[in-house]
Amino acid sequence: MQFYNQNLHSRLLLGTAGYPSPDILIQAIHASETEIITVSLRREGVGGSEFRQLIAKTKKRFLPNTAGCHTVKEAVTTAQMAREVFETNWIKLEIIGHADTLQPDPFATVEAARILSKEGFEVFPYTTEDLIVGEKLLEAGCQLLMPWGAPIGSGQGLRNIEGLKTMRQYFKNIPLIIDAGIGAPSQAIQAMEIGFDAILLNTAIAKSKNPILMADAFNKAILAGRIAYKAGLMEKRNMAYASTPAYGLADLSL
Amino acid sequence: MAWSILGSGVTGLCIATALCEKGEKLEVVENPNIQAASYFAGGMLAPFCEGESAPDIVVKNGQLSVEWWDNHVSNVKKTGTIVIAPPRDMSELRRFANMTICHEWVDPGKIEKDLKGRFSEGLFFPSEAFIDPRLALQELKENLKNKGVSFHTGSPKGKIIDCTGMAATSSLKNLRAVRGEMLIFECHEVNFLRPIRLLHPRFPCYLVPRANGRFMVGATMVESNDDSPISARALIEMLSSVYAIHPAFAEARIIETGTGCRPSFPDNIPQIIEQDGKFYINGMYRHGFLLAPVLALDFVKKILG
Repeated sequence: MQFYNQNLHSRLLLGTAGYPSPDILIQAIHASETEIITVSLRREGVGGSEFRQLIAKTKKRFLPNTAGCHTVKEAVTTAQMAREVFETNWIKLEIIGHADTLQPDPFATVEAARILSKEGFEVFPYTTEDLIVGEKLLEAGCQLLMPWGAPIGSGQGLRNIEGLKTMRQYFKNIPLIIDAGIGAPSQAIQAMEIGFDAILLNTAIAKSKNPILMADAFNKAILAGRIAYKAGLMEKRNMAYASTPAYGLADLSL
Repeated sequence: MAWSILGSGVTGLCIATALCEKGEKLEVVENPNIQAASYFAGGMLAPFCEGESAPDIVVKNGQLSVEWWDNHVSNVKKTGTIVIAPPRDMSELRRFANMTICHEWVDPGKIEKDLKGRFSEGLFFPSEAFIDPRLALQELKENLKNKGVSFHTGSPKGKIIDCTGMAATSSLKNLRAVRGEMLIFECHEVNFLRPIRLLHPRFPCYLVPRANGRFMVGATMVESNDDSPISARALIEMLSSVYAIHPAFAEARIIETGTGCRPSFPDNIPQIIEQDGKFYINGMYRHGFLLAPVLALDFVKKILG
Protein backbone atom coordinates (compact mmCIF):
# COMPACT_ATOMS: atom_id res chain seq x y z
CA MET A 1 0.00 0.00 0.00
CA GLN A 2 1.24 3.50 -0.77
CA PHE A 3 0.29 6.96 0.44
CA TYR A 4 1.94 9.61 -1.71
CA ASN A 5 4.53 7.11 -2.96
CA GLN A 6 5.45 5.98 0.55
CA ASN A 7 5.30 2.23 1.04
CA LEU A 8 3.44 1.24 4.16
CA HIS A 9 2.59 -2.05 5.80
CA SER A 10 0.34 -1.09 8.69
CA ARG A 11 -3.19 -0.04 7.80
CA LEU A 12 -3.75 1.69 11.12
CA LEU A 13 -3.02 5.39 11.60
CA LEU A 14 -3.02 6.47 15.23
CA GLY A 15 -4.03 9.74 16.88
CA THR A 16 -2.05 10.89 19.92
CA ALA A 17 -4.53 12.95 21.94
CA GLY A 18 -6.20 12.22 25.25
CA TYR A 19 -4.05 9.37 26.54
CA PRO A 20 -3.56 9.03 30.32
CA SER A 21 0.16 9.76 29.88
CA PRO A 22 2.81 9.98 27.16
CA ASP A 23 4.22 6.70 28.47
CA ILE A 24 0.97 4.87 27.87
CA LEU A 25 0.62 6.56 24.48
CA ILE A 26 4.07 5.33 23.45
CA GLN A 27 3.31 1.78 24.56
CA ALA A 28 0.00 1.91 22.67
CA ILE A 29 1.82 3.12 19.53
CA HIS A 30 4.12 0.11 19.73
CA ALA A 31 1.29 -2.32 20.45
CA SER A 32 -0.70 -1.00 17.48
CA GLU A 33 2.25 -1.58 15.12
CA THR A 34 1.22 1.60 13.33
CA GLU A 35 3.69 3.37 11.07
CA ILE A 36 1.94 6.77 11.07
CA ILE A 37 0.98 8.89 14.06
CA THR A 38 -1.03 12.06 13.75
CA VAL A 39 -0.25 15.01 16.00
CA SER A 40 -2.01 18.35 16.43
CA LEU A 41 -0.29 21.69 16.50
CA ARG A 42 -2.98 24.33 16.69
CA ARG A 43 -3.38 24.51 20.48
CA GLU A 44 0.00 23.23 21.62
CA GLY A 45 2.01 25.46 19.29
CA VAL A 46 5.77 25.73 19.48
CA GLY A 47 5.55 25.21 23.27
CA GLY A 48 4.55 21.57 22.75
CA SER A 49 8.01 20.50 21.64
CA GLU A 50 8.71 18.44 24.78
CA PHE A 51 5.69 16.23 24.11
CA ARG A 52 6.59 15.90 20.44
CA GLN A 53 10.18 14.93 21.29
CA LEU A 54 8.88 12.20 23.59
CA ILE A 55 6.73 10.58 20.91
CA ALA A 56 9.37 11.14 18.22
CA LYS A 57 11.35 8.44 20.04
CA THR A 58 8.94 5.87 18.60
CA LYS A 59 10.53 6.62 15.19
CA LYS A 60 7.12 6.63 13.52
CA ARG A 61 6.24 8.88 10.63
CA PHE A 62 4.45 12.05 11.77
CA LEU A 63 1.25 13.12 10.06
CA PRO A 64 0.64 16.58 11.54
CA ASN A 65 -2.99 17.66 11.56
CA THR A 66 -4.93 20.90 11.56
CA ALA A 67 -7.36 19.82 14.31
CA GLY A 68 -9.06 22.81 15.90
CA CYS A 69 -9.05 24.92 12.70
CA HIS A 70 -12.32 26.41 11.48
CA THR A 71 -11.19 28.51 8.52
CA VAL A 72 -9.03 28.13 5.42
CA LYS A 73 -6.58 30.70 6.72
CA GLU A 74 -6.08 29.00 10.08
CA ALA A 75 -5.61 25.62 8.40
CA VAL A 76 -3.09 26.91 5.87
CA THR A 77 -1.09 28.73 8.55
CA THR A 78 -1.14 25.66 10.82
CA ALA A 79 0.00 23.45 7.92
CA GLN A 80 2.87 25.79 7.12
CA MET A 81 3.94 25.80 10.75
CA ALA A 82 3.62 22.00 10.88
CA ARG A 83 5.88 21.64 7.86
CA GLU A 84 8.60 23.53 9.71
CA VAL A 85 8.12 21.81 13.06
CA PHE A 86 7.80 18.24 11.77
CA GLU A 87 9.88 18.56 8.59
CA THR A 88 7.28 16.82 6.45
CA ASN A 89 5.06 17.76 3.52
CA TRP A 90 2.30 15.54 4.84
CA ILE A 91 -0.65 17.29 6.38
CA LYS A 92 -3.94 15.91 7.63
CA LEU A 93 -6.32 18.65 6.60
CA GLU A 94 -9.20 18.97 9.00
CA ILE A 95 -11.41 22.05 8.86
CA ILE A 96 -14.31 21.87 11.23
CA GLY A 97 -17.68 23.25 10.15
CA HIS A 98 -19.29 23.21 13.57
CA ALA A 99 -17.66 23.01 17.00
CA ASP A 100 -20.27 20.62 18.41
CA THR A 101 -20.78 18.15 15.56
CA LEU A 102 -17.16 18.40 14.36
CA GLN A 103 -18.42 17.87 10.81
CA PRO A 104 -15.88 18.83 8.16
CA ASP A 105 -16.56 22.04 6.24
CA PRO A 106 -16.31 20.64 2.68
CA PHE A 107 -16.11 24.03 0.94
CA ALA A 108 -13.26 25.29 3.10
CA THR A 109 -11.52 21.90 2.93
CA VAL A 110 -11.48 21.94 -0.90
CA GLU A 111 -10.20 25.51 -0.96
CA ALA A 112 -7.45 24.82 1.57
CA ALA A 113 -6.51 21.55 -0.17
CA ARG A 114 -5.98 23.49 -3.40
CA ILE A 115 -3.76 26.11 -1.74
CA LEU A 116 -1.73 23.53 0.18
CA SER A 117 -1.27 21.20 -2.81
CA LYS A 118 0.07 24.13 -4.85
CA GLU A 119 2.53 24.82 -2.03
CA GLY A 120 3.84 21.26 -2.32
CA PHE A 121 1.96 19.71 0.59
CA GLU A 122 0.70 16.14 0.39
CA VAL A 123 -2.78 16.52 1.76
CA PHE A 124 -4.78 13.93 3.72
CA PRO A 125 -8.24 15.53 3.70
CA TYR A 126 -10.85 14.72 6.35
CA THR A 127 -14.15 14.63 4.46
CA THR A 128 -17.55 12.93 4.33
CA GLU A 129 -18.68 10.11 2.03
CA ASP A 130 -19.97 12.70 -0.47
CA LEU A 131 -18.71 11.69 -3.92
CA ILE A 132 -18.66 15.15 -5.46
CA VAL A 133 -16.69 16.61 -2.56
CA GLY A 134 -14.31 13.69 -3.01
CA GLU A 135 -13.91 14.47 -6.72
CA LYS A 136 -13.26 18.15 -5.99
CA LEU A 137 -10.59 17.21 -3.43
CA LEU A 138 -8.83 14.98 -5.96
CA GLU A 139 -9.07 17.71 -8.55
CA ALA A 140 -7.56 20.14 -6.00
CA GLY A 141 -4.50 17.91 -5.77
CA CYS A 142 -5.23 15.30 -3.09
CA GLN A 143 -4.18 11.77 -3.96
CA LEU A 144 -6.20 10.08 -1.23
CA LEU A 145 -9.40 10.70 0.74
CA MET A 146 -10.31 10.30 4.39
CA PRO A 147 -14.08 9.94 4.78
CA TRP A 148 -15.56 9.81 8.25
CA GLY A 149 -17.25 6.68 9.56
CA ALA A 150 -19.23 8.78 12.04
CA PRO A 151 -18.64 12.09 13.83
CA ILE A 152 -15.25 12.47 15.58
CA GLY A 153 -15.13 10.76 18.96
CA SER A 154 -18.67 9.37 18.65
CA GLY A 155 -17.67 5.72 18.40
CA GLN A 156 -20.69 4.95 16.23
CA GLY A 157 -18.81 3.04 13.55
CA LEU A 158 -19.92 3.21 9.92
CA ARG A 159 -23.06 5.32 10.14
CA ASN A 160 -23.76 5.28 6.40
CA ILE A 161 -22.39 1.96 5.28
CA GLU A 162 -24.18 1.96 1.91
CA GLY A 163 -22.78 5.42 1.13
CA LEU A 164 -19.30 4.29 2.08
CA LYS A 165 -19.62 1.16 -0.11
CA THR A 166 -20.63 3.40 -3.01
CA MET A 167 -17.63 5.62 -2.34
CA ARG A 168 -15.35 2.59 -2.36
CA GLN A 169 -16.71 1.48 -5.74
CA TYR A 170 -16.65 5.00 -7.18
CA PHE A 171 -13.02 5.78 -6.23
CA LYS A 172 -11.61 2.37 -7.17
CA ASN A 173 -7.92 3.20 -7.26
CA ILE A 174 -7.76 6.02 -4.74
CA PRO A 175 -6.55 5.15 -1.22
CA LEU A 176 -9.49 5.63 1.13
CA ILE A 177 -8.89 5.89 4.87
CA ILE A 178 -11.76 5.84 7.33
CA ASP A 179 -11.06 8.79 9.62
CA ALA A 180 -13.10 9.22 12.76
CA GLY A 181 -16.08 7.57 14.38
CA ILE A 182 -14.68 4.06 14.88
CA GLY A 183 -15.40 2.92 18.44
CA ALA A 184 -14.76 -0.84 18.43
CA PRO A 185 -12.50 -3.31 16.63
CA SER A 186 -15.59 -4.96 15.09
CA GLN A 187 -16.41 -1.67 13.36
CA ALA A 188 -12.86 -1.42 12.04
CA ILE A 189 -13.12 -4.95 10.66
CA GLN A 190 -16.34 -4.01 8.91
CA ALA A 191 -14.67 -1.05 7.19
CA MET A 192 -11.72 -3.17 6.10
CA GLU A 193 -13.99 -5.99 4.86
CA ILE A 194 -15.71 -3.63 2.45
CA GLY A 195 -12.38 -2.62 1.02
CA PHE A 196 -11.21 0.53 2.75
CA ASP A 197 -7.44 0.83 2.69
CA ALA A 198 -6.79 1.94 6.24
CA ILE A 199 -8.31 3.31 9.45
CA LEU A 200 -7.37 6.39 11.46
CA LEU A 201 -8.26 6.12 15.15
CA ASN A 202 -7.79 7.98 18.38
CA THR A 203 -10.54 8.08 21.02
CA ALA A 204 -11.43 4.37 20.89
CA ILE A 205 -7.92 3.51 22.02
CA ALA A 206 -6.99 6.58 24.08
CA LYS A 207 -10.15 6.52 26.22
CA SER A 208 -10.42 2.76 26.72
CA LYS A 209 -9.62 1.30 30.12
CA ASN A 210 -6.39 -0.18 28.83
CA PRO A 211 -5.16 1.68 25.75
CA ILE A 212 -2.23 -0.67 25.20
CA LEU A 213 -4.43 -3.76 25.01
CA MET A 214 -6.97 -1.94 22.86
CA ALA A 215 -4.24 -0.87 20.43
CA ASP A 216 -3.31 -4.53 20.06
CA ALA A 217 -6.97 -5.44 19.49
CA PHE A 218 -7.38 -2.84 16.72
CA ASN A 219 -4.14 -3.88 15.07
CA LYS A 220 -5.34 -7.46 14.83
CA ALA A 221 -8.88 -6.50 13.82
CA ILE A 222 -7.67 -4.32 10.95
CA LEU A 223 -5.37 -7.09 9.79
CA ALA A 224 -8.22 -9.63 9.94
CA GLY A 225 -10.57 -7.31 8.05
CA ARG A 226 -8.00 -6.78 5.32
CA ILE A 227 -7.34 -10.50 4.93
CA ALA A 228 -11.11 -11.14 4.77
CA TYR A 229 -11.46 -8.51 2.04
CA LYS A 230 -8.71 -10.15 0.02
CA ALA A 231 -10.24 -13.59 0.60
CA GLY A 232 -13.62 -12.35 -0.64
CA LEU A 233 -16.70 -12.52 1.57
CA MET A 234 -19.53 -14.90 0.75
CA GLU A 235 -22.82 -13.39 -0.34
CA LYS A 236 -25.68 -13.38 2.16
CA ARG A 237 -28.61 -15.72 1.43
CA ASN A 238 -32.24 -15.65 2.42
CA MET A 239 -32.34 -19.38 3.15
CA ALA A 240 -30.21 -21.84 5.05
CA TYR A 241 -27.80 -23.77 2.90
CA ALA A 242 -26.50 -26.94 4.54
CA SER A 243 -22.81 -27.32 4.12
CA THR A 244 -22.90 -31.06 4.68
CA PRO A 245 -24.54 -33.24 1.99
CA ALA A 246 -28.01 -34.66 2.72
CA TYR A 247 -27.40 -37.72 0.48
CA GLY A 248 -27.73 -41.03 2.30
CA LEU A 249 -29.67 -39.71 5.32
CA ALA A 250 -32.90 -41.47 6.31
CA ASP A 251 -35.95 -39.83 4.68
CA LEU A 252 -38.34 -39.50 7.63
CA SER A 253 -41.31 -38.57 5.45
CA LEU A 254 -41.56 -42.11 4.08
CA MET B 1 22.14 23.76 58.19
CA ALA B 2 21.40 20.17 57.18
CA TRP B 3 18.88 20.65 54.38
CA SER B 4 18.10 23.39 51.90
CA ILE B 5 14.76 23.00 50.21
CA LEU B 6 14.52 24.92 46.95
CA GLY B 7 10.98 26.00 46.13
CA SER B 8 8.00 26.76 48.34
CA GLY B 9 5.20 25.33 46.28
CA VAL B 10 3.20 22.38 47.54
CA THR B 11 6.10 19.95 47.08
CA GLY B 12 8.68 22.07 48.89
CA LEU B 13 6.38 22.85 51.81
CA CYS B 14 5.28 19.23 52.27
CA ILE B 15 8.91 18.05 52.23
CA ALA B 16 9.88 20.81 54.68
CA THR B 17 7.01 19.89 56.99
CA ALA B 18 7.83 16.18 56.94
CA LEU B 19 11.54 16.84 57.64
CA CYS B 20 10.76 19.36 60.36
CA GLU B 21 8.53 16.85 62.10
CA LYS B 22 11.48 14.46 62.25
CA GLY B 23 13.52 17.14 64.04
CA GLU B 24 15.73 17.88 61.03
CA LYS B 25 17.38 21.28 60.59
CA LEU B 26 16.34 22.93 57.36
CA GLU B 27 15.79 26.14 55.43
CA VAL B 28 13.53 26.95 52.49
CA VAL B 29 14.98 28.97 49.61
CA GLU B 30 12.39 30.82 47.55
CA ASN B 31 12.58 32.51 44.17
CA PRO B 32 10.49 35.68 44.43
CA ASN B 33 10.14 35.86 40.64
CA ILE B 34 8.42 32.51 40.23
CA GLN B 35 4.83 31.71 41.08
CA ALA B 36 4.49 28.03 41.99
CA ALA B 37 2.14 25.99 39.78
CA SER B 38 0.33 24.92 42.96
CA TYR B 39 -0.77 28.53 43.48
CA PHE B 40 -3.16 27.96 40.55
CA ALA B 41 -4.32 24.51 41.69
CA GLY B 42 -7.89 23.48 42.35
CA GLY B 43 -7.05 21.93 45.71
CA MET B 44 -9.32 18.95 45.15
CA LEU B 45 -8.40 15.92 47.22
CA ALA B 46 -10.20 13.64 44.80
CA PRO B 47 -8.27 10.40 44.38
CA PHE B 48 -11.24 8.43 43.07
CA CYS B 49 -12.24 10.98 40.42
CA GLU B 50 -8.62 11.23 39.31
CA GLY B 51 -8.67 7.44 38.87
CA GLU B 52 -10.61 8.09 35.67
CA SER B 53 -7.30 8.62 33.89
CA ALA B 54 -4.61 8.15 36.55
CA PRO B 55 -3.05 4.82 37.56
CA ASP B 56 -3.97 2.98 40.78
CA ILE B 57 -0.98 4.38 42.68
CA VAL B 58 -2.49 7.86 42.47
CA VAL B 59 -5.80 6.57 43.82
CA LYS B 60 -4.09 4.71 46.64
CA ASN B 61 -1.65 7.41 47.71
CA GLY B 62 -4.23 10.13 47.21
CA GLN B 63 -6.40 8.61 49.92
CA LEU B 64 -3.55 8.86 52.41
CA SER B 65 -3.04 12.51 51.54
CA VAL B 66 -6.56 13.47 52.57
CA GLU B 67 -5.72 12.46 56.14
CA TRP B 68 -2.33 14.18 56.01
CA TRP B 69 -3.88 17.48 55.00
CA ASP B 70 -6.56 17.12 57.65
CA ASN B 71 -3.83 16.73 60.27
CA HIS B 72 -1.80 19.71 59.02
CA VAL B 73 -4.13 22.49 57.90
CA SER B 74 -7.43 23.78 59.18
CA ASN B 75 -9.49 24.19 56.00
CA VAL B 76 -9.96 20.60 54.76
CA LYS B 77 -13.60 20.12 53.80
CA LYS B 78 -14.70 16.51 53.60
CA THR B 79 -17.82 17.07 51.57
CA GLY B 80 -17.29 14.69 48.67
CA THR B 81 -17.38 15.51 44.96
CA ILE B 82 -20.30 15.64 42.53
CA VAL B 83 -19.80 14.71 38.88
CA ILE B 84 -22.43 15.71 36.34
CA ALA B 85 -22.85 15.98 32.59
CA PRO B 86 -25.28 17.84 30.33
CA PRO B 87 -28.08 15.52 29.10
CA ARG B 88 -26.51 15.01 25.68
CA ASP B 89 -23.18 13.97 27.22
CA MET B 90 -24.62 11.31 29.54
CA SER B 91 -22.42 8.71 27.84
CA GLU B 92 -19.44 10.61 29.30
CA LEU B 93 -20.92 10.15 32.77
CA ARG B 94 -21.43 6.43 32.24
CA ARG B 95 -17.85 6.16 31.01
CA PHE B 96 -16.63 8.07 34.09
CA ALA B 97 -18.58 5.68 36.33
CA ASN B 98 -17.00 2.68 34.58
CA MET B 99 -13.50 4.04 35.02
CA THR B 100 -13.77 4.95 38.73
CA ILE B 101 -14.65 3.42 42.10
CA CYS B 102 -16.24 4.49 45.42
CA HIS B 103 -19.11 6.46 43.93
CA GLU B 104 -22.87 6.25 43.92
CA TRP B 105 -25.51 7.40 41.44
CA VAL B 106 -27.53 10.26 42.91
CA ASP B 107 -30.00 13.00 42.11
CA PRO B 108 -27.47 15.87 42.25
CA GLY B 109 -30.12 18.30 43.52
CA LYS B 110 -30.53 16.20 46.68
CA ILE B 111 -26.85 16.61 47.55
CA GLU B 112 -26.29 20.17 46.38
CA LYS B 113 -29.53 22.14 46.60
CA ASP B 114 -28.67 24.73 43.95
CA LEU B 115 -28.39 21.91 41.39
CA LYS B 116 -32.05 21.00 42.04
CA GLY B 117 -33.94 20.35 38.81
CA ARG B 118 -30.93 21.06 36.63
CA PHE B 119 -29.37 17.61 36.33
CA SER B 120 -31.36 14.41 36.71
CA GLU B 121 -28.45 12.09 37.42
CA GLY B 122 -24.95 12.46 38.75
CA LEU B 123 -22.15 10.61 40.48
CA PHE B 124 -21.32 11.31 44.11
CA PHE B 125 -17.90 10.48 45.54
CA PRO B 126 -18.64 10.82 49.27
CA SER B 127 -15.15 10.20 50.65
CA GLU B 128 -13.38 12.96 48.72
CA ALA B 129 -12.38 16.35 50.11
CA PHE B 130 -10.98 19.72 49.07
CA ILE B 131 -8.95 22.62 50.41
CA ASP B 132 -8.18 26.17 49.40
CA PRO B 133 -4.63 25.65 48.12
CA ARG B 134 -3.47 29.20 48.79
CA LEU B 135 -4.65 29.14 52.40
CA ALA B 136 -3.24 25.66 52.91
CA LEU B 137 0.20 26.63 51.59
CA GLN B 138 0.16 29.79 53.71
CA GLU B 139 -0.69 27.75 56.79
CA LEU B 140 2.08 25.21 56.18
CA LYS B 141 4.52 28.07 55.75
CA GLU B 142 3.40 29.82 58.95
CA ASN B 143 3.65 26.56 60.89
CA LEU B 144 7.19 26.03 59.62
CA LYS B 145 8.18 29.61 60.48
CA ASN B 146 6.76 29.15 63.97
CA LYS B 147 9.01 26.13 64.37
CA GLY B 148 12.04 28.25 63.46
CA VAL B 149 12.44 27.30 59.79
CA SER B 150 13.90 30.19 57.82
CA PHE B 151 12.54 31.24 54.44
CA HIS B 152 14.90 33.35 52.35
CA THR B 153 15.97 34.14 48.81
CA GLY B 154 19.73 33.85 49.30
CA SER B 155 22.19 31.02 48.66
CA PRO B 156 21.40 27.55 50.02
CA LYS B 157 23.63 26.42 52.90
CA GLY B 158 22.62 22.78 53.33
CA LYS B 159 22.24 19.68 51.18
CA ILE B 160 19.91 20.56 48.36
CA ILE B 161 16.43 19.16 47.91
CA ASP B 162 15.21 20.70 44.68
CA CYS B 163 11.42 21.09 44.58
CA THR B 164 11.31 23.80 41.93
CA GLY B 165 8.98 22.16 39.41
CA MET B 166 9.48 23.44 35.88
CA ALA B 167 12.47 25.54 36.98
CA ALA B 168 14.42 22.26 37.29
CA THR B 169 13.91 21.42 33.58
CA SER B 170 17.56 21.90 32.67
CA SER B 171 18.65 19.29 35.21
CA LEU B 172 15.87 16.74 34.80
CA LYS B 173 15.70 15.06 31.46
CA ASN B 174 12.20 14.05 30.38
CA LEU B 175 10.49 16.64 32.57
CA ARG B 176 7.88 18.43 30.48
CA ALA B 177 5.21 21.04 31.06
CA VAL B 178 1.46 20.56 30.78
CA ARG B 179 -0.15 23.97 30.55
CA GLY B 180 -3.19 24.60 32.74
CA GLU B 181 -5.47 27.63 32.66
CA MET B 182 -7.85 28.65 35.43
CA LEU B 183 -10.07 31.48 36.58
CA ILE B 184 -11.64 32.73 39.78
CA PHE B 185 -15.01 34.48 39.86
CA GLU B 186 -17.35 35.79 42.50
CA CYS B 187 -21.09 35.13 42.66
CA HIS B 188 -23.36 35.30 45.70
CA GLU B 189 -26.51 33.94 44.07
CA VAL B 190 -25.38 30.34 43.93
CA ASN B 191 -24.06 28.41 46.87
CA PHE B 192 -22.17 25.14 46.48
CA LEU B 193 -20.55 23.26 49.34
CA ARG B 194 -18.37 20.91 47.33
CA PRO B 195 -16.43 20.65 44.06
CA ILE B 196 -18.51 19.97 40.99
CA ARG B 197 -17.07 18.36 37.89
CA LEU B 198 -18.83 18.86 34.59
CA LEU B 199 -17.95 16.25 32.00
CA HIS B 200 -17.63 17.09 28.35
CA PRO B 201 -15.95 15.08 25.60
CA ARG B 202 -13.48 17.87 24.88
CA PHE B 203 -13.59 20.39 27.72
CA PRO B 204 -14.21 18.72 31.07
CA CYS B 205 -13.93 21.24 33.89
CA TYR B 206 -14.36 21.56 37.61
CA LEU B 207 -15.77 24.23 39.85
CA VAL B 208 -14.40 24.51 43.40
CA PRO B 209 -16.06 26.77 45.98
CA ARG B 210 -13.83 29.15 47.89
CA ALA B 211 -14.71 31.47 50.77
CA ASN B 212 -16.76 34.68 50.33
CA GLY B 213 -18.78 33.68 47.27
CA ARG B 214 -15.75 32.91 45.18
CA PHE B 215 -15.29 29.92 42.90
CA MET B 216 -12.28 28.57 41.13
CA VAL B 217 -12.74 27.01 37.69
CA GLY B 218 -10.14 24.83 36.07
CA ALA B 219 -8.36 23.62 34.28
CA THR B 220 -7.22 23.07 30.74
CA MET B 221 -4.61 20.45 29.88
CA VAL B 222 -2.39 21.44 26.97
CA GLU B 223 0.87 19.69 26.10
CA SER B 224 2.85 22.92 26.07
CA ASN B 225 5.38 24.87 28.14
CA ASP B 226 3.71 28.16 27.19
CA ASP B 227 2.86 30.04 30.39
CA SER B 228 1.43 33.11 28.67
CA PRO B 229 -1.99 34.40 29.85
CA ILE B 230 -5.19 32.39 29.47
CA SER B 231 -6.38 31.88 25.88
CA ALA B 232 -9.72 33.23 24.70
CA ARG B 233 -10.78 29.71 23.85
CA ALA B 234 -10.05 28.40 27.35
CA LEU B 235 -11.92 31.33 28.87
CA ILE B 236 -14.94 30.85 26.60
CA GLU B 237 -15.09 27.11 27.18
CA MET B 238 -14.71 27.35 30.95
CA LEU B 239 -17.29 30.10 31.27
CA SER B 240 -19.72 28.16 29.04
CA SER B 241 -19.30 25.14 31.30
CA VAL B 242 -19.91 27.24 34.40
CA TYR B 243 -23.03 28.69 32.78
CA ALA B 244 -24.19 25.15 31.98
CA ILE B 245 -23.84 24.23 35.65
CA HIS B 246 -25.95 27.20 36.73
CA PRO B 247 -27.24 30.11 34.59
CA ALA B 248 -27.06 32.53 37.54
CA PHE B 249 -23.28 32.44 37.12
CA ALA B 250 -23.80 34.64 34.06
CA GLU B 251 -23.80 37.65 36.39
CA ALA B 252 -20.67 36.58 38.24
CA ARG B 253 -17.69 38.92 38.37
CA ILE B 254 -14.38 37.59 37.13
CA ILE B 255 -11.68 38.22 39.72
CA GLU B 256 -8.64 36.52 38.30
CA THR B 257 -7.36 34.35 35.50
CA GLY B 258 -4.14 32.39 35.65
CA THR B 259 -1.86 29.99 33.83
CA GLY B 260 0.51 27.46 35.33
CA CYS B 261 2.83 24.83 33.87
CA ARG B 262 2.48 21.45 35.55
CA PRO B 263 5.84 19.67 35.82
CA SER B 264 5.34 16.15 34.47
CA PHE B 265 7.35 13.04 33.71
CA PRO B 266 6.38 10.78 30.77
CA ASP B 267 4.21 8.52 32.97
CA ASN B 268 2.69 11.55 34.77
CA ILE B 269 3.83 10.11 38.12
CA PRO B 270 6.13 12.10 40.43
CA GLN B 271 9.61 10.89 41.30
CA ILE B 272 12.32 11.26 43.92
CA ILE B 273 15.62 11.49 42.04
CA GLU B 274 19.14 11.58 43.48
CA GLN B 275 21.51 13.20 41.00
CA ASP B 276 24.76 15.19 41.18
CA GLY B 277 24.70 15.24 44.98
CA LYS B 278 21.21 16.70 45.14
CA PHE B 279 17.73 15.35 45.61
CA TYR B 280 14.99 16.31 43.18
CA ILE B 281 11.33 15.83 43.99
CA ASN B 282 9.35 16.68 40.93
CA GLY B 283 6.78 15.68 38.32
CA MET B 284 3.60 16.30 40.32
CA TYR B 285 1.64 16.78 37.08
CA ARG B 286 -1.94 17.64 38.13
CA HIS B 287 -1.62 15.86 41.47
CA GLY B 288 0.45 18.16 43.68
CA PHE B 289 -1.95 18.38 46.60
CA LEU B 290 -2.96 14.76 46.14
CA LEU B 291 0.54 13.26 46.08
CA ALA B 292 3.05 15.66 47.65
CA PRO B 293 2.34 14.55 51.26
CA VAL B 294 2.87 10.86 50.46
CA LEU B 295 5.98 11.65 48.48
CA ALA B 296 7.28 13.73 51.39
CA LEU B 297 6.75 10.83 53.81
CA ASP B 298 8.43 8.42 51.35
CA PHE B 299 11.35 10.81 51.01
CA VAL B 300 11.83 11.16 54.75
CA LYS B 301 11.75 7.39 55.12
CA LYS B 302 14.27 7.03 52.30
CA ILE B 303 16.84 9.41 53.82
CA LEU B 304 16.28 8.91 57.54
CA GLY B 305 15.25 5.27 57.52
